[in-house]
Amino acid sequence: MKIPAIAQMTFKEAIRDRVLYLLLFFALISLAFSRLLALLTVGDRIRIIKDVGLGSLSLFGALMAILMGTSLVYKEIDKKTIFTLLSKPIHRYQFLLGKYFGLILTLFIMLAAMSLIFLVILFFHTFTIEWKLLVAILFIFFELCLITAVAILFSTFSTPILSSLFSLCFYLIGHLSWGLEAPINKMKPGIGKTLTRALYTFLPDLENFNFKTEVVNNLPLPSQVYLPAVLYGFFYTLFVLALATLIFRRRDFI
Amino acid sequence: MASALEIADLHKSFKTGFIPKKKQILKGISLTVNRGEIFGYLGPNGAGKTTTIKCVLGLIFPDRGDIRVLEKPHLSLPAKEQIGFLPENPYFHDYLNANEFLQYYSRLFKRRDGAGDQKIQDLIKLVGLEKSAHVRLRKFSRGMLQRIGLAQALINEPRLVILDEPLGGLDPLGRKEIRDVIVRLRDEGKTVFLSSHILQDIEMICDRVAIIVDGRIVNQGELRSLISEKLLFTEILLSGIDEKALAGMGESVGTQAGRILLKVSDEEKIGRVIKLVEAQKGKIHSLVPRTETLEDYFVGKVKG
Repeated sequence: MKIPAIAQMTFKEAIRDRVLYLLLFFALISLAFSRLLALLTVGDRIRIIKDVGLGSLSLFGALMAILMGTSLVYKEIDKKTIFTLLSKPIHRYQFLLGKYFGLILTLFIMLAAMSLIFLVILFFHTFTIEWKLLVAILFIFFELCLITAVAILFSTFSTPILSSLFSLCFYLIGHLSWGLEAPINKMKPGIGKTLTRALYTFLPDLENFNFKTEVVNNLPLPSQVYLPAVLYGFFYTLFVLALATLIFRRRDFI
Repeated sequence: MASALEIADLHKSFKTGFIPKKKQILKGISLTVNRGEIFGYLGPNGAGKTTTIKCVLGLIFPDRGDIRVLEKPHLSLPAKEQIGFLPENPYFHDYLNANEFLQYYSRLFKRRDGAGDQKIQDLIKLVGLEKSAHVRLRKFSRGMLQRIGLAQALINEPRLVILDEPLGGLDPLGRKEIRDVIVRLRDEGKTVFLSSHILQDIEMICDRVAIIVDGRIVNQGELRSLISEKLLFTEILLSGIDEKALAGMGESVGTQAGRILLKVSDEEKIGRVIKLVEAQKGKIHSLVPRTETLEDYFVGKVKG
Protein backbone atom coordinates (compact mmCIF):
# COMPACT_ATOMS: atom_id res chain seq x y z
CA MET A 1 0.00 0.00 0.00
CA LYS A 2 2.94 2.32 0.53
CA ILE A 3 4.14 2.52 -3.08
CA PRO A 4 0.58 3.11 -4.43
CA ALA A 5 0.04 5.81 -1.75
CA ILE A 6 3.19 7.67 -2.82
CA ALA A 7 2.41 7.11 -6.50
CA GLN A 8 -1.10 8.51 -6.07
CA MET A 9 0.25 11.58 -4.29
CA THR A 10 2.95 12.04 -6.95
CA PHE A 11 0.26 11.88 -9.62
CA LYS A 12 -1.81 14.49 -7.75
CA GLU A 13 1.24 16.73 -7.54
CA ALA A 14 2.40 16.19 -11.14
CA ILE A 15 -1.01 16.78 -12.65
CA ARG A 16 -1.05 20.23 -11.01
CA ASP A 17 2.26 21.26 -12.56
CA ARG A 18 1.93 24.13 -15.01
CA VAL A 19 4.96 22.97 -17.00
CA LEU A 20 2.99 19.89 -17.97
CA TYR A 21 0.18 21.95 -19.44
CA LEU A 22 2.59 24.27 -21.20
CA LEU A 23 4.16 21.26 -22.91
CA LEU A 24 0.72 19.82 -23.68
CA PHE A 25 -0.23 23.14 -25.26
CA PHE A 26 2.88 23.13 -27.47
CA ALA A 27 2.26 19.50 -28.37
CA LEU A 28 -1.26 20.40 -29.51
CA ILE A 29 0.08 23.33 -31.53
CA SER A 30 2.57 20.97 -33.11
CA LEU A 31 -0.21 18.49 -33.96
CA ALA A 32 -2.25 21.30 -35.50
CA PHE A 33 0.87 22.42 -37.36
CA SER A 34 1.12 18.98 -38.97
CA ARG A 35 -2.19 19.74 -40.75
CA LEU A 36 -0.83 23.04 -41.99
CA LEU A 37 2.37 21.39 -43.12
CA ALA A 38 0.36 18.78 -45.00
CA LEU A 39 -1.50 21.50 -46.88
CA LEU A 40 1.77 23.06 -48.02
CA THR A 41 3.34 19.78 -49.09
CA VAL A 42 3.21 18.12 -52.45
CA GLY A 43 2.76 14.38 -52.09
CA ASP A 44 1.28 12.18 -49.43
CA ARG A 45 -0.33 14.59 -47.00
CA ILE A 46 -1.52 11.90 -44.66
CA ARG A 47 2.01 10.62 -44.25
CA ILE A 48 3.19 14.10 -43.23
CA ILE A 49 0.46 14.34 -40.60
CA LYS A 50 1.37 10.91 -39.22
CA ASP A 51 5.11 11.68 -39.26
CA VAL A 52 4.84 15.06 -37.54
CA GLY A 53 2.15 13.76 -35.17
CA LEU A 54 4.13 10.77 -33.91
CA GLY A 55 7.30 12.88 -33.76
CA SER A 56 5.46 15.42 -31.60
CA LEU A 57 4.15 12.74 -29.25
CA SER A 58 7.67 11.36 -28.85
CA LEU A 59 9.40 14.73 -28.37
CA PHE A 60 6.89 16.38 -26.04
CA GLY A 61 6.40 13.15 -24.12
CA ALA A 62 10.16 12.98 -23.57
CA LEU A 63 10.27 16.63 -22.48
CA MET A 64 7.46 15.98 -20.00
CA ALA A 65 9.27 12.92 -18.64
CA ILE A 66 12.55 14.82 -18.29
CA LEU A 67 11.20 18.03 -16.77
CA MET A 68 8.83 16.28 -14.36
CA GLY A 69 11.16 13.40 -13.54
CA THR A 70 14.05 15.65 -12.64
CA SER A 71 12.00 17.99 -10.44
CA LEU A 72 9.68 15.71 -8.46
CA VAL A 73 12.27 14.00 -6.25
CA TYR A 74 14.33 17.18 -5.99
CA LYS A 75 11.26 19.14 -4.82
CA GLU A 76 10.71 16.69 -1.97
CA ILE A 77 14.33 17.18 -0.89
CA ASP A 78 14.39 20.93 -1.46
CA LYS A 79 11.13 21.59 0.37
CA LYS A 80 12.13 19.13 3.08
CA THR A 81 8.89 17.16 2.83
CA ILE A 82 11.17 14.15 2.52
CA PHE A 83 12.09 14.48 6.23
CA THR A 84 8.64 13.48 7.41
CA LEU A 85 8.12 10.98 4.59
CA LEU A 86 11.31 9.01 5.19
CA SER A 87 10.77 9.07 8.96
CA LYS A 88 7.74 6.86 8.30
CA PRO A 89 8.21 3.09 7.99
CA ILE A 90 9.01 3.09 4.29
CA HIS A 91 12.10 1.89 2.49
CA ARG A 92 13.83 4.42 0.32
CA TYR A 93 13.31 2.24 -2.75
CA GLN A 94 9.56 2.35 -2.03
CA PHE A 95 9.71 6.13 -2.07
CA LEU A 96 11.56 6.17 -5.42
CA LEU A 97 9.26 3.58 -6.98
CA GLY A 98 6.21 5.48 -5.74
CA LYS A 99 7.54 8.62 -7.40
CA TYR A 100 8.33 6.67 -10.56
CA PHE A 101 4.93 5.02 -10.93
CA GLY A 102 3.12 8.27 -10.10
CA LEU A 103 4.97 9.96 -12.91
CA ILE A 104 4.41 7.07 -15.29
CA LEU A 105 0.68 7.33 -14.61
CA THR A 106 0.81 11.06 -15.35
CA LEU A 107 2.72 10.48 -18.58
CA PHE A 108 0.33 7.73 -19.61
CA ILE A 109 -2.63 10.07 -19.26
CA MET A 110 -0.86 12.90 -21.05
CA LEU A 111 0.23 10.62 -23.89
CA ALA A 112 -3.27 9.19 -24.11
CA ALA A 113 -4.73 12.70 -24.35
CA MET A 114 -2.23 13.76 -27.03
CA SER A 115 -2.77 10.51 -28.95
CA LEU A 116 -6.52 10.96 -28.89
CA ILE A 117 -6.23 14.43 -30.40
CA PHE A 118 -3.74 13.14 -32.95
CA LEU A 119 -6.06 10.29 -33.97
CA VAL A 120 -9.03 12.67 -34.20
CA ILE A 121 -7.05 15.03 -36.49
CA LEU A 122 -6.08 12.06 -38.61
CA PHE A 123 -9.65 10.76 -38.65
CA PHE A 124 -10.86 13.97 -40.27
CA HIS A 125 -8.46 13.28 -43.15
CA THR A 126 -8.82 9.54 -43.61
CA PHE A 127 -12.22 8.84 -41.99
CA THR A 128 -10.70 5.66 -40.59
CA ILE A 129 -8.97 4.88 -37.33
CA GLU A 130 -5.53 3.46 -37.97
CA TRP A 131 -5.04 1.08 -35.10
CA LYS A 132 -1.51 0.33 -36.29
CA LEU A 133 -0.48 3.76 -35.07
CA LEU A 134 -1.17 2.58 -31.54
CA VAL A 135 1.78 0.20 -31.83
CA ALA A 136 4.13 3.11 -32.47
CA ILE A 137 2.50 5.08 -29.62
CA LEU A 138 2.82 2.12 -27.24
CA PHE A 139 6.55 1.93 -27.92
CA ILE A 140 6.83 5.70 -27.44
CA PHE A 141 5.32 5.06 -24.01
CA PHE A 142 7.93 2.35 -23.29
CA GLU A 143 10.62 4.84 -24.27
CA LEU A 144 9.11 7.41 -21.88
CA CYS A 145 9.20 4.83 -19.08
CA LEU A 146 12.95 4.49 -19.60
CA ILE A 147 13.54 8.24 -19.90
CA THR A 148 11.58 8.82 -16.67
CA ALA A 149 13.77 6.29 -14.86
CA VAL A 150 16.88 8.08 -16.17
CA ALA A 151 15.51 11.49 -15.08
CA ILE A 152 14.81 10.13 -11.60
CA LEU A 153 18.29 8.58 -11.46
CA PHE A 154 19.94 11.94 -12.16
CA SER A 155 17.64 13.76 -9.74
CA THR A 156 18.81 11.53 -6.85
CA PHE A 157 22.18 13.27 -6.83
CA SER A 158 21.90 16.42 -8.93
CA THR A 159 19.95 19.66 -9.31
CA PRO A 160 16.96 19.83 -11.71
CA ILE A 161 18.85 21.91 -14.29
CA LEU A 162 21.82 19.55 -14.45
CA SER A 163 19.57 16.49 -14.30
CA SER A 164 17.47 17.83 -17.18
CA LEU A 165 20.62 18.44 -19.18
CA PHE A 166 21.96 14.94 -18.49
CA SER A 167 18.59 13.36 -19.30
CA LEU A 168 18.33 15.35 -22.54
CA CYS A 169 21.81 14.13 -23.49
CA PHE A 170 20.65 10.57 -22.77
CA TYR A 171 17.64 11.12 -25.05
CA LEU A 172 19.75 12.55 -27.88
CA ILE A 173 22.51 9.96 -27.56
CA GLY A 174 19.86 7.26 -27.40
CA HIS A 175 18.46 8.34 -30.74
CA LEU A 176 21.83 8.87 -32.43
CA SER A 177 23.88 5.96 -31.09
CA TRP A 178 22.68 3.61 -33.86
CA GLY A 179 24.87 5.72 -36.18
CA LEU A 180 27.89 3.97 -34.65
CA GLU A 181 26.86 0.70 -36.23
CA ALA A 182 28.09 1.66 -39.72
CA PRO A 183 31.64 2.74 -38.69
CA ILE A 184 31.94 -0.36 -36.47
CA ASN A 185 31.19 -2.58 -39.46
CA LYS A 186 33.72 -0.74 -41.58
CA MET A 187 36.49 -0.80 -38.94
CA LYS A 188 39.28 -3.34 -39.10
CA PRO A 189 39.36 -5.83 -36.23
CA GLY A 190 41.44 -4.56 -33.35
CA ILE A 191 41.30 -2.67 -30.12
CA GLY A 192 39.63 0.33 -31.78
CA LYS A 193 36.76 -1.78 -33.06
CA THR A 194 36.40 -3.59 -29.70
CA LEU A 195 36.29 -0.31 -27.78
CA THR A 196 33.79 1.26 -30.17
CA ARG A 197 31.61 -1.83 -29.98
CA ALA A 198 31.79 -1.75 -26.17
CA LEU A 199 30.78 1.90 -26.25
CA TYR A 200 27.90 1.14 -28.60
CA THR A 201 26.71 -1.65 -26.28
CA PHE A 202 26.91 0.60 -23.24
CA LEU A 203 25.17 3.59 -24.84
CA PRO A 204 21.37 3.56 -24.84
CA ASP A 205 19.68 2.77 -28.12
CA LEU A 206 16.27 4.37 -28.04
CA GLU A 207 15.76 3.58 -31.72
CA ASN A 208 14.76 0.13 -30.44
CA PHE A 209 11.43 1.74 -29.58
CA ASN A 210 11.06 3.57 -32.87
CA PHE A 211 8.47 1.93 -35.08
CA LYS A 212 7.26 5.20 -36.59
CA THR A 213 8.75 4.65 -40.06
CA GLU A 214 7.23 1.17 -40.37
CA VAL A 215 3.83 2.32 -39.18
CA VAL A 216 3.69 5.52 -41.23
CA ASN A 217 4.87 3.83 -44.45
CA ASN A 218 2.77 0.72 -43.88
CA LEU A 219 5.85 -1.49 -43.89
CA PRO A 220 5.54 -5.02 -42.57
CA LEU A 221 6.11 -5.31 -38.84
CA PRO A 222 6.94 -8.90 -37.91
CA SER A 223 5.77 -9.76 -34.43
CA GLN A 224 9.23 -11.03 -33.41
CA VAL A 225 10.62 -7.45 -33.36
CA TYR A 226 8.34 -6.48 -30.48
CA LEU A 227 9.67 -8.82 -27.80
CA PRO A 228 13.36 -7.74 -27.98
CA ALA A 229 12.26 -4.10 -27.80
CA VAL A 230 10.03 -4.75 -24.80
CA LEU A 231 12.72 -6.78 -23.03
CA TYR A 232 15.37 -4.16 -23.80
CA GLY A 233 13.14 -1.44 -22.35
CA PHE A 234 12.19 -3.49 -19.31
CA PHE A 235 15.71 -4.51 -18.32
CA TYR A 236 17.28 -1.12 -19.10
CA THR A 237 14.60 0.60 -16.97
CA LEU A 238 15.11 -1.93 -14.18
CA PHE A 239 18.87 -1.38 -14.29
CA VAL A 240 18.50 2.43 -14.15
CA LEU A 241 15.98 2.26 -11.28
CA ALA A 242 18.27 -0.14 -9.37
CA LEU A 243 21.14 2.31 -9.85
CA ALA A 244 18.95 5.19 -8.64
CA THR A 245 17.97 3.18 -5.55
CA LEU A 246 21.59 2.34 -4.84
CA ILE A 247 22.55 6.03 -4.86
CA PHE A 248 19.44 7.16 -3.00
CA ARG A 249 19.62 4.61 -0.18
CA ARG A 250 22.95 5.93 1.14
CA ARG A 251 22.21 9.59 0.68
CA ASP A 252 22.21 11.96 3.67
CA PHE A 253 19.32 14.43 3.82
CA ILE A 254 20.83 17.39 5.61
CA MET B 1 13.54 0.84 33.39
CA ALA B 2 13.25 -0.13 29.71
CA SER B 3 14.51 2.51 27.34
CA ALA B 4 12.59 4.12 24.50
CA LEU B 5 15.69 5.49 22.84
CA GLU B 6 19.32 4.59 23.37
CA ILE B 7 22.14 6.39 21.63
CA ALA B 8 25.72 5.23 22.18
CA ASP B 9 28.89 6.94 21.01
CA LEU B 10 27.27 8.66 18.02
CA HIS B 11 29.67 10.38 15.63
CA LYS B 12 28.76 12.29 12.49
CA SER B 13 30.77 14.50 10.20
CA PHE B 14 29.91 16.34 6.99
CA LYS B 15 32.11 17.39 4.13
CA THR B 16 31.49 21.00 3.15
CA GLY B 17 32.89 23.56 0.73
CA PHE B 18 34.21 23.50 -2.84
CA ILE B 19 37.31 21.72 -1.65
CA PRO B 20 35.58 19.27 0.70
CA LYS B 21 36.62 19.75 4.29
CA LYS B 22 35.43 17.38 6.97
CA LYS B 23 33.48 19.01 9.79
CA GLN B 24 32.74 16.95 12.87
CA ILE B 25 29.20 17.70 14.07
CA LEU B 26 28.56 14.95 16.61
CA LYS B 27 31.53 13.92 18.74
CA GLY B 28 30.36 10.88 20.66
CA ILE B 29 26.77 11.45 21.78
CA SER B 30 25.47 8.94 24.31
CA LEU B 31 22.09 9.24 25.97
CA THR B 32 19.19 7.14 27.16
CA VAL B 33 15.54 8.14 27.10
CA ASN B 34 13.35 6.13 29.46
CA ARG B 35 9.89 4.97 28.48
CA GLY B 36 7.03 7.20 29.49
CA GLU B 37 9.04 10.36 30.12
CA ILE B 38 9.38 13.74 28.44
CA PHE B 39 13.03 14.18 27.57
CA GLY B 40 14.33 17.64 26.70
CA TYR B 41 17.29 17.98 24.34
CA LEU B 42 18.85 21.38 24.78
CA GLY B 43 21.64 23.13 23.00
CA PRO B 44 22.57 26.35 21.24
CA ASN B 45 22.18 26.71 17.46
CA GLY B 46 24.54 24.43 15.58
CA ALA B 47 25.24 22.22 18.59
CA GLY B 48 24.01 19.10 16.79
CA LYS B 49 20.43 18.63 18.07
CA THR B 50 18.78 18.25 14.66
CA THR B 51 21.69 16.14 13.38
CA THR B 52 21.15 13.73 16.29
CA ILE B 53 17.43 13.53 15.52
CA LYS B 54 18.11 12.93 11.80
CA CYS B 55 20.48 10.09 12.70
CA VAL B 56 17.78 8.51 14.86
CA LEU B 57 15.26 8.75 12.02
CA GLY B 58 17.63 7.40 9.38
CA LEU B 59 17.63 10.62 7.36
CA ILE B 60 21.40 10.73 7.68
CA PHE B 61 23.83 7.94 8.45
CA PRO B 62 26.23 8.23 11.39
CA ASP B 63 29.96 7.65 10.91
CA ARG B 64 29.84 5.36 13.92
CA GLY B 65 27.75 4.67 16.97
CA ASP B 66 24.68 2.68 17.84
CA ILE B 67 21.04 3.75 18.01
CA ARG B 68 18.20 1.62 19.33
CA VAL B 69 14.55 2.62 19.33
CA LEU B 70 12.35 0.66 21.74
CA GLU B 71 15.16 -1.88 21.84
CA LYS B 72 15.09 -2.43 18.08
CA PRO B 73 17.65 -1.23 15.49
CA HIS B 74 16.59 2.31 14.60
CA LEU B 75 16.42 1.71 10.83
CA SER B 76 14.17 -1.34 11.10
CA LEU B 77 10.58 -0.87 9.97
CA PRO B 78 9.14 -2.24 13.26
CA ALA B 79 11.04 0.54 15.07
CA LYS B 80 9.85 3.19 12.61
CA GLU B 81 6.24 1.98 12.96
CA GLN B 82 6.46 3.19 16.57
CA ILE B 83 7.94 6.64 15.91
CA GLY B 84 6.15 9.92 15.34
CA PHE B 85 8.23 12.84 14.13
CA LEU B 86 7.65 16.58 13.81
CA PRO B 87 10.52 18.43 12.06
CA GLU B 88 11.65 21.95 12.78
CA ASN B 89 9.83 24.53 10.60
CA PRO B 90 7.67 21.85 9.01
CA TYR B 91 6.70 22.13 5.38
CA PHE B 92 4.25 19.73 3.83
CA HIS B 93 2.57 19.06 0.48
CA ASP B 94 0.75 22.36 0.29
CA TYR B 95 -1.74 21.36 -2.40
CA LEU B 96 -3.46 19.02 0.07
CA ASN B 97 -5.92 20.00 2.76
CA ALA B 98 -5.47 18.87 6.36
CA ASN B 99 -7.77 15.87 5.92
CA GLU B 100 -6.14 14.64 2.69
CA PHE B 101 -2.70 15.19 4.18
CA LEU B 102 -3.38 13.06 7.24
CA GLN B 103 -5.02 10.37 5.11
CA TYR B 104 -1.93 10.23 2.89
CA TYR B 105 0.46 9.89 5.82
CA SER B 106 -1.71 7.29 7.53
CA ARG B 107 -1.42 5.09 4.43
CA LEU B 108 2.35 4.90 4.93
CA PHE B 109 1.88 2.70 7.97
CA LYS B 110 1.22 -1.01 8.24
CA ARG B 111 -2.57 -0.85 8.58
CA ARG B 112 -3.86 -1.54 5.10
CA ASP B 113 -6.39 1.27 4.91
CA GLY B 114 -4.54 3.79 7.02
CA ALA B 115 -6.08 5.46 10.04
CA GLY B 116 -9.84 5.67 10.07
CA ASP B 117 -11.72 8.90 9.43
CA GLN B 118 -12.64 9.14 13.11
CA LYS B 119 -8.97 8.96 14.14
CA ILE B 120 -8.13 11.74 11.69
CA GLN B 121 -10.98 13.91 12.97
CA ASP B 122 -9.86 13.30 16.56
CA LEU B 123 -6.32 14.38 15.71
CA ILE B 124 -7.51 17.50 13.93
CA LYS B 125 -9.57 18.34 17.00
CA LEU B 126 -6.65 17.57 19.31
CA VAL B 127 -4.46 20.17 17.57
CA GLY B 128 -7.31 22.69 17.29
CA LEU B 129 -7.69 22.77 13.51
CA GLU B 130 -11.36 21.75 13.20
CA LYS B 131 -12.24 24.91 11.30
CA SER B 132 -9.35 24.48 8.85
CA ALA B 133 -9.71 20.78 8.07
CA HIS B 134 -10.67 21.50 4.46
CA VAL B 135 -8.28 24.40 3.87
CA ARG B 136 -5.25 23.76 1.66
CA LEU B 137 -1.99 23.67 3.62
CA ARG B 138 -0.56 26.48 1.45
CA LYS B 139 -2.96 28.83 3.25
CA PHE B 140 -1.81 27.70 6.69
CA SER B 141 0.17 30.03 8.96
CA ARG B 142 3.41 28.80 10.54
CA GLY B 143 1.61 28.00 13.76
CA MET B 144 -1.07 26.02 11.92
CA LEU B 145 1.60 24.05 10.05
CA GLN B 146 3.19 23.25 13.41
CA ARG B 147 -0.17 21.94 14.63
CA ILE B 148 -0.89 19.81 11.56
CA GLY B 149 2.72 18.61 11.79
CA LEU B 150 2.04 17.43 15.33
CA ALA B 151 -1.13 15.70 14.13
CA GLN B 152 0.78 13.76 11.45
CA ALA B 153 3.38 12.79 14.05
CA LEU B 154 0.61 11.14 16.07
CA ILE B 155 -1.25 9.46 13.18
CA ASN B 156 0.22 6.03 13.95
CA GLU B 157 -0.30 6.27 17.72
CA PRO B 158 3.48 6.16 18.22
CA ARG B 159 5.17 5.01 21.40
CA LEU B 160 8.06 7.41 20.84
CA VAL B 161 7.31 10.96 19.69
CA ILE B 162 10.27 13.00 18.45
CA LEU B 163 9.63 16.73 18.24
CA ASP B 164 12.22 19.12 16.83
CA GLU B 165 11.49 22.60 18.16
CA PRO B 166 7.75 21.96 18.48
CA LEU B 167 7.01 25.28 20.16
CA GLY B 168 8.75 27.55 17.67
CA GLY B 169 6.50 29.91 15.73
CA LEU B 170 3.58 29.56 18.11
CA ASP B 171 1.87 32.35 20.04
CA PRO B 172 1.72 32.02 23.86
CA LEU B 173 -1.74 30.41 23.71
CA GLY B 174 -0.60 27.97 21.00
CA ARG B 175 2.48 27.10 23.04
CA LYS B 176 0.35 26.31 26.04
CA GLU B 177 -1.95 24.11 23.97
CA ILE B 178 0.94 22.15 22.47
CA ARG B 179 2.56 21.84 25.91
CA ASP B 180 -0.70 20.40 27.20
CA VAL B 181 -0.78 17.91 24.30
CA ILE B 182 2.80 16.83 25.09
CA VAL B 183 1.99 16.31 28.77
CA ARG B 184 -1.13 14.37 27.75
CA LEU B 185 1.00 12.11 25.55
CA ARG B 186 3.18 11.29 28.55
CA ASP B 187 0.09 10.63 30.66
CA GLU B 188 -1.05 8.17 27.98
CA GLY B 189 2.25 6.31 28.44
CA LYS B 190 4.05 7.62 25.37
CA THR B 191 7.65 8.81 25.41
CA VAL B 192 8.41 12.31 24.13
CA PHE B 193 11.85 13.41 22.98
CA LEU B 194 11.89 17.10 22.22
CA SER B 195 14.49 19.64 21.34
CA SER B 196 13.74 23.26 22.09
CA HIS B 197 15.28 26.65 22.54
CA ILE B 198 12.43 27.79 24.76
CA LEU B 199 13.86 26.85 28.12
CA GLN B 200 10.85 27.89 30.19
CA ASP B 201 8.75 25.34 28.33
CA ILE B 202 11.34 22.61 28.79
CA GLU B 203 11.52 23.46 32.48
CA MET B 204 7.75 23.27 32.76
CA ILE B 205 7.18 19.89 31.13
CA CYS B 206 10.37 17.84 30.92
CA ASP B 207 11.25 15.07 33.35
CA ARG B 208 14.84 14.78 32.23
CA VAL B 209 17.11 16.81 29.99
CA ALA B 210 20.40 16.49 28.14
CA ILE B 211 22.48 19.50 27.18
CA ILE B 212 24.51 19.30 23.99
CA VAL B 213 27.25 21.81 23.27
CA ASP B 214 29.47 21.60 20.21
CA GLY B 215 28.53 18.02 19.45
CA ARG B 216 29.03 16.69 22.95
CA ILE B 217 26.62 16.01 25.80
CA VAL B 218 27.83 18.17 28.66
CA ASN B 219 25.28 16.93 31.15
CA GLN B 220 22.11 14.90 31.39
CA GLY B 221 19.79 13.83 34.12
CA GLU B 222 16.66 14.69 36.02
CA LEU B 223 15.84 18.35 35.89
CA ARG B 224 15.60 18.62 39.69
CA SER B 225 19.05 17.12 40.14
CA LEU B 226 20.63 19.44 37.60
CA ILE B 227 19.23 22.67 38.96
CA SER B 228 20.20 23.48 42.51
CA GLU B 229 17.56 24.64 44.99
CA LYS B 230 20.01 27.25 46.32
CA LEU B 231 18.54 30.75 46.72
CA LEU B 232 20.23 33.15 44.32
CA PHE B 233 18.51 36.38 45.43
CA THR B 234 15.11 37.76 46.39
CA GLU B 235 13.17 40.32 44.40
CA ILE B 236 11.06 42.68 46.53
CA LEU B 237 8.56 45.08 44.92
CA LEU B 238 7.67 47.84 47.34
CA SER B 239 6.23 51.36 47.48
CA GLY B 240 5.83 54.31 49.88
CA ILE B 241 9.51 54.26 50.83
CA ASP B 242 12.23 56.79 50.23
CA GLU B 243 14.67 55.09 47.84
CA LYS B 244 17.64 56.62 49.71
CA ALA B 245 16.60 54.76 52.85
CA LEU B 246 17.17 51.47 51.06
CA ALA B 247 20.84 52.19 50.44
CA GLY B 248 23.02 49.26 51.40
CA MET B 249 20.12 46.80 51.66
CA GLY B 250 20.11 45.65 48.07
CA GLU B 251 20.36 46.65 44.48
CA SER B 252 17.55 48.85 43.18
CA VAL B 253 16.76 47.34 39.78
CA GLY B 254 14.21 49.94 38.71
CA THR B 255 11.44 52.30 39.72
CA GLN B 256 8.06 52.50 38.01
CA ALA B 257 4.86 54.27 39.05
CA GLY B 258 6.28 54.85 42.55
CA ARG B 259 7.18 51.20 43.01
CA ILE B 260 10.75 50.12 43.60
CA LEU B 261 12.09 46.72 42.55
CA LEU B 262 14.82 45.74 44.95
CA LYS B 263 17.16 42.80 44.43
CA VAL B 264 18.39 41.50 47.80
CA SER B 265 21.16 38.91 47.76
CA ASP B 266 21.69 38.61 51.49
CA GLU B 267 18.90 36.69 53.31
CA GLU B 268 19.52 38.58 56.57
CA LYS B 269 18.83 41.91 54.82
CA ILE B 270 15.33 40.80 53.80
CA GLY B 271 14.14 41.16 57.42
CA ARG B 272 15.67 44.63 57.61
CA VAL B 273 13.86 45.72 54.44
CA ILE B 274 10.51 44.42 55.83
CA LYS B 275 11.07 46.27 59.13
CA LEU B 276 11.92 49.48 57.25
CA VAL B 277 8.75 49.22 55.18
CA GLU B 278 6.68 48.74 58.37
CA ALA B 279 8.36 51.68 60.05
CA GLN B 280 7.82 54.03 57.13
CA LYS B 281 4.24 52.73 56.57
CA GLY B 282 5.13 51.60 53.08
CA LYS B 283 3.79 48.60 51.23
CA ILE B 284 5.29 45.34 49.99
CA HIS B 285 3.58 44.24 46.76
CA SER B 286 5.56 41.07 46.17
CA LEU B 287 8.51 39.15 47.54
CA VAL B 288 9.87 36.52 45.19
CA PRO B 289 12.81 34.27 46.07
CA ARG B 290 14.77 33.34 42.91
CA THR B 291 16.42 29.93 42.79
CA GLU B 292 18.55 28.73 39.88
CA THR B 293 16.54 28.26 36.66
CA LEU B 294 17.23 25.96 33.76
CA GLU B 295 18.23 29.07 31.82
CA ASP B 296 20.88 29.97 34.41
CA TYR B 297 22.18 26.40 34.31
CA PHE B 298 22.07 26.24 30.52
CA VAL B 299 23.89 29.56 30.07
CA GLY B 300 26.49 28.44 32.59
CA LYS B 301 27.08 25.19 30.69
CA VAL B 302 27.16 26.76 27.23
CA LYS B 303 29.57 29.49 28.27
CA GLY B 304 31.67 26.83 29.96
